[in-house]
Amino acid sequence: MPRFVRYLLPLALFLSLAALLYRGLSIDPRLVPSPLVGKSAPVFSLAQLEDPAATVSSSDFTGQVSLLNVWATWCVSCRAEHRVLMQLAQSSDVPIYGLNYKDERPAAMRWLAQFGDPYRANAFDADGRVGIDWGVYGTPETFVIDKRGVIRHKYTGPLTQDIVQRELLPMLKQLQAEQG
Amino acid sequence: MKLLRMVLFSLLCLQALPAGAGTEMFDFSGNVDEQRYMALISQLRCLVCQNQSLADSDADLAHDLRVEVYEHMQKGENNRQVVDFLVSRYGDFVLYNPPVKPSTYLLWYGPFVLLAFGLILLVKNIRRRGRQSQERFSPEEQARIDALLADEKRQERGQ
Repeated sequence: MPRFVRYLLPLALFLSLAALLYRGLSIDPRLVPSPLVGKSAPVFSLAQLEDPAATVSSSDFTGQVSLLNVWATWCVSCRAEHRVLMQLAQSSDVPIYGLNYKDERPAAMRWLAQFGDPYRANAFDADGRVGIDWGVYGTPETFVIDKRGVIRHKYTGPLTQDIVQRELLPMLKQLQAEQG
Repeated sequence: MKLLRMVLFSLLCLQALPAGAGTEMFDFSGNVDEQRYMALISQLRCLVCQNQSLADSDADLAHDLRVEVYEHMQKGENNRQVVDFLVSRYGDFVLYNPPVKPSTYLLWYGPFVLLAFGLILLVKNIRRRGRQSQERFSPEEQARIDALLADEKRQERGQ
């Protein structure tokens, strides 16, 4: 073995390990990739938040690109996100469905009356069972669902104006252009 | 004094034990084996407090998932089915023991590759040293050694 290889090999090994570990530093361990991306939206049928007699179900998602936003009044970062959702609802024709997660009906209704209602409809998931089926672990979460009712992307944590402009709107546009 | 300090310290340790986790009251008189349940929830990771198992975590979600695990066991599901239920929703992340698949080959087999690499280096090194010690001396060196040894013997005898 030539002499320089003997010295360079450990150096190369060290550098590649350092690069690998350095990359690890910038990965947020709280963002767990969802196994649901690429699969059909989990089937559910829940009473509507606004009107207990009406239902919201997973079949509402087929035929159009839509968003499902998981929120609750006890969730602090949902409040920050709410403003972004209001703007999104105004600037885009993609319907936003809400999954009101482990919340109380009067509190949630008050929230919508006070801060505005960006949602097409809200499913009322009082015991969080549907949330578990959707793999919800940290509100707010937002699912991007295509025309065939397949989950194409998931955001964990609050949407920001930046994410909406840079990622979400282009993605929605692209999905809307797909054949249904 | 030392003893007192030790006693106080151990009391502190006791207090630091996670309190109140797994506070649900489940009925284990039916078909759900408590030991199997406890073993299962301590193998599953809570997604909220990521370094705690479902058994240890006080998070709301951990509570919900414990209920879920219990109810699935009540339905007569085996461990594999219960785990699959959670993995299909939350991904492999809920497992403390990651499954062997292409994306985890490095994790599972990497250490053995490193071990093999180290063993190869070790064997090479030992062999090289063995060879070195067996190497013959050149005729001149041998002559010098013989002369030195003979000299020493002569001196010993002379004493």
